[in-house]
Amino acid sequence: MKVLNKKNILTLIIILIIYAIVQVLLTNGIISSFYEITIATICINIILAVSLNLVTGFTGQFSLGHAGFMSIGAYAGALVNMEMNSNMGFLAGIAAGAVAALIVGILIGIPTLRLKGDYLAIATLGMAEIIRVLFLNMDDITNGAAGLFGIPRFTNWTWLYIFTVLTLIMIDNFIKSSQGRACISIREDEIAAESMGINTTKYKVMAFAVGAFFAGIAGALYSSYFYFINPTMFGFQKSIDILVIVVFGGLGSITGSVIAAIVLAVITTILQSYSELRMIIYALLLISIMLFRPQGLLGTKEITDFFKFGNKSAKVE
Amino acid sequence: MKKKKFLSLLTLLLVMSLIAGCGNGGAKIDDSSNNTEDGIKIGINYELTGGVASYGQSSVDGIMMAFDEINAAGGIDGKQIIPVKIDNKSEASEATSVATRLMTQEGVVLSLGPATSGNFMATIPVAQQNKIPILSSSSTADNGVTTDADGNVYDYAFRLCFNDSFQGVTMANFALNNLEAKKAVIIKDTSSDYGKGLAENFKAAFEGAGGEVVAEEGYVKGDKDFNPVLTSIRGKEFDVIFVPGYYDEAGLIIKQARDLEIDAPILGADGFDSPVLLELAGQAALNDVYFSNHYSSLDKDPLVLDFIAAYEKKYDVEPNAFNALGYDLGKWAADAVKRAGSSDPAKITEALAATKGFQGVTGTFDMDEKHNPVKSAVVIGLENGAQATSIKVDPK
Amino acid sequence: MLTWFYSYMRRCDLEQFSQQIVNGISLGSIYALVALGYTMVYGIIKLINFAHGDVYMVGAYVGFAVTTFAGIGFIPALITSMAACAILGMTIEKVAYKPLRNSTRIAVLITAIGVSLLLEYGMMYFVGAQVRSYPKLLSEEVLTIGSVIIKMQQIYIVITVLVLMVILQYVVKRTKVGKAMRAVSADKDAAQLMGIKIDNTISFTFAIGSALAGAGGVLVGIYYNSIDPLMGTMPGLKAFVAAVFGGIGSIPGAMIGGLSIGMLETFVAGYGSSKLRDAAVFAFLIFVLLLKPSGLLGRDTKEKV
Repeated sequence: MKVLNKKNILTLIIILIIYAIVQVLLTNGIISSFYEITIATICINIILAVSLNLVTGFTGQFSLGHAGFMSIGAYAGALVNMEMNSNMGFLAGIAAGAVAALIVGILIGIPTLRLKGDYLAIATLGMAEIIRVLFLNMDDITNGAAGLFGIPRFTNWTWLYIFTVLTLIMIDNFIKSSQGRACISIREDEIAAESMGINTTKYKVMAFAVGAFFAGIAGALYSSYFYFINPTMFGFQKSIDILVIVVFGGLGSITGSVIAAIVLAVITTILQSYSELRMIIYALLLISIMLFRPQGLLGTKEITDFFKFGNKSAKVE
Repeated sequence: MKKKKFLSLLTLLLVMSLIAGCGNGGAKIDDSSNNTEDGIKIGINYELTGGVASYGQSSVDGIMMAFDEINAAGGIDGKQIIPVKIDNKSEASEATSVATRLMTQEGVVLSLGPATSGNFMATIPVAQQNKIPILSSSSTADNGVTTDADGNVYDYAFRLCFNDSFQGVTMANFALNNLEAKKAVIIKDTSSDYGKGLAENFKAAFEGAGGEVVAEEGYVKGDKDFNPVLTSIRGKEFDVIFVPGYYDEAGLIIKQARDLEIDAPILGADGFDSPVLLELAGQAALNDVYFSNHYSSLDKDPLVLDFIAAYEKKYDVEPNAFNALGYDLGKWAADAVKRAGSSDPAKITEALAATKGFQGVTGTFDMDEKHNPVKSAVVIGLENGAQATSIKVDPK
Repeated sequence: MLTWFYSYMRRCDLEQFSQQIVNGISLGSIYALVALGYTMVYGIIKLINFAHGDVYMVGAYVGFAVTTFAGIGFIPALITSMAACAILGMTIEKVAYKPLRNSTRIAVLITAIGVSLLLEYGMMYFVGAQVRSYPKLLSEEVLTIGSVIIKMQQIYIVITVLVLMVILQYVVKRTKVGKAMRAVSADKDAAQLMGIKIDNTISFTFAIGSALAGAGGVLVGIYYNSIDPLMGTMPGLKAFVAAVFGGIGSIPGAMIGGLSIGMLETFVAGYGSSKLRDAAVFAFLIFVLLLKPSGLLGRDTKEKV
């Protein structure tokens, strides 16, 4: 299949146009530095949501510890970044963060992915808590509760966009590959998949590790944007924030996660003055989505389903 | 049918948020006048929800009381203070966002808060970029709050409170000299930079002068059961227990320690200062407890007495250290604006740096070249739940 | 296990050890009370009720409210709180869990998380984040055996928990409703075919479980004298670990599990590092889930295709 077919060229053009528009708006100050923060938050949340969606939405493994991987990426990235203090250092930090998260993902995944449903959820929650407590107590490396401050800021719109687009493309390709199909079959019916000869453990760990990898990238980007990180930022609350985005957008829809990330970031910004209500609204949102529309905004549909370009979506009929 | 229900609920939620958001121009602010020529906009960036909301809320209570007093008396040279209060949810990234909004959208001339060192540090780059001063009433970390990692002072960051090193060293000296302690146990709050910083400084000073820290235990915010830790130190030999942390846990630690018949003196810092300490520990347990603080209720200083009386009248509860510091922060900010004689942030920054002899409830101080206050502390001794002794400690 | 205990007794101070046992029992009996609610609900509808820890928190606040503002004593406060929590539990079940009875496990779990957040932040919105303390309800006396100090309050807690557990065992083993609960637990469809009203039985289960959590909340409020809106999160999770360890679905298992987790936490904090006490409980959970997920007294359920 030719890489440079009509669809891909069109996609590429759209990607470049979006980048250019936002960059111009930023440079000319039409988007103020305040809204730039919103954009950064959106991009980072997209990466987090899509990577969690891979694990929970597409492979059906309920992970409540995604923030733990983000924190590994954030700390590894920050330490390398602070050490080298250059664009190279920034990129090395992202690489370090992603790889560290990947390794931890594999290590955690192999034993815990044997568990199912609720037990897996609690086990992943427990793992994230253990990571957090460890970071809180490793004073020499992470500075404990005082956190790491003065992290050089290299994250900007360009890098954010590059990594967000890369994440979307890579995860989309993964879903559409044979490995991705194996993951989806695990979600649909694990026992059937196993009896069809699919090594479910291998693919579950793979999805988990890939999810961790991208969460690590998001974490490193985050630390280089917000100057300061401490272990409390990456607790259960953060994992819930990401979960809300994924559920709202639709467990199993990449486009859904993107849209949900944007919508929720906008709502959060509007509600900035009413933050006592924010968590209450999130809670009500979670409950009502589950009661009335458990498939979220887009279910398992993708944006390509609305523009019939002749490419099959990731649904298994 | 279900789809309709969901869509209508979703629409309702979204409309609710939009109305809430757009209702006040996007911000719930005490905006008596939109005309900045007639008022001085001061940003308030504090933790009003989230993990450390109680500290942020307490600080803001103090600040608002100060602003109300000033405005009632005619404002600063006739101009009313317009506070712009936004919650940073106890999150550092949100603190950065709030600071950016206050400085770029709301046009504040200076900003107060956040309360914790970490969150404050997350707003420093924004302040430096926008050249608008930020003041903290409770960020006590030695590094990073007013100086960067290399020790260079940040032009636009100032604080009103003691550094951890000052209080940590003060209590270590108090233990060594006044209580003749040779061995100490530290039970620190590992979930806050406050506890961590104090513990480090206490330990360095105590051991530096020949003392021995026989055990260093930890807890996290929210813990209620300290019996295992206290039981384990009960068997050890020590003269004092140092509890660097806040009153919500410290009160419980003191009570449980005394219940386990641990009678050694218990030391702390200004985190102890709150009426909640007495509520949690009970009168009988608050014996032989000493902590460093900004002022003592035994103080005969009319400024302090007036503050305590006014605070009790307004809020129906005794003030704690956060309230007092917040109050002083508000007053100090207004004082700097007055001395600057204009609402130009650059001039206000100069005035802040040049502060001399500012008389606050939490002490009289000058601003030093590292933007820290040079002021004395008091070490308060509690007997039977009430303040019985207070010893003044001067800064070096 | 026993040899480990004995060697510790010889190595360490026997009195300190006994004191830690006392600490562990007090902490553990509270976990047991909360774990009972988890285990009963899981046994009957296979749901980890994430909001259970927050029902415990609401119980603590109800107790606080009635003792502070209405000035009533310990037992009336306990009963009021239990009643209030029972109603709360039943309401949550009716509104949030019942409609999802045929949905995927993930859906119900997410809803449970939503309910938990709603309770926590709703409470925070109404009462504020500050800790509150209970008025003096139970005697503050202590009993001293050797150098081991036992507070009367600790004894009251253990007695209350034992009494509640005995009542619970009676209800489950001897009453008709209890029998219905056991039937629905074993096989929901068969029970329905036998004429048992599923909805009522499930409601009743939630009521009892929540009432027990509420009792736990009041006891904790009295014993530790400090309550705040987020006090339910950690104890809730630890009680869940206790329920899993004891065998989810087993009532005596919850009691054993609760005491074990209380002991584990106490000994890790007392003899190991106090900073790692929470992590230790989670690590233990993962350990249990990997080795014997059905716990000590639980049943091994085979998943049918």
